[in-house]
Amino acid sequence: MTKSDLIDAMADKQSLLSYRDVELAVKLILDQMSNSLSTGERIEIRGFGSFTLHHRAPRIGRNPKSGESVSLGEKYVPHFKPGKELRDRVNTAAGN
Amino acid sequence: MALTKADVIEQLSAALGFNKREAKEVVEMFFEQIRESLERGEQVKLSGFGNFELRDKAERPGRNPKTKEEIPISARRVVTFRPGQKLKEKVDQHAGS
Repeated sequence: MTKSDLIDAMADKQSLLSYRDVELAVKLILDQMSNSLSTGERIEIRGFGSFTLHHRAPRIGRNPKSGESVSLGEKYVPHFKPGKELRDRVNTAAGN
Repeated sequence: MALTKADVIEQLSAALGFNKREAKEVVEMFFEQIRESLERGEQVKLSGFGNFELRDKAERPGRNPKTKEEIPISARRVVTFRPGQKLKEKVDQHAGS
């Protein structure tokens, strides 16, 4: 499912909002989530999951082509932990 | 502080002029449609944000750390998230702050 499939599915399932409104809403939700993480603020959506940042220490990397060493600074990477409802639903649907 | 569903609903009605009921419905539907897609075994690709993927894990031996008793961890399907390039770049800059 892509972003446009998601917008289509949401627009089909409800009658309060126009297609255009749903489209704007999806873009805004994703922007809010990205902005929140980029300021270091975690995201907690009950029944879905939480997004946090994981720290990566600075390290010496290597250019795989030239074999040259490059120093890479510390950084943060987004991490998602699925919530219980999502975990259980996906696993049950898989027949486990 | 964490961003919650209530915050998303709040900002949505402020920015787009949706009433509370509309904003709540659209936010709940957003997460529900993603869950349903994953439940169907279909990954979700949100360009600019990231992909929610599925991995089937085989049964493996486990251990109760307290009792040291051996118990198998059953086969399961799990959701993983791979952040997109745009999100990674945005978050990376947080290291400077």
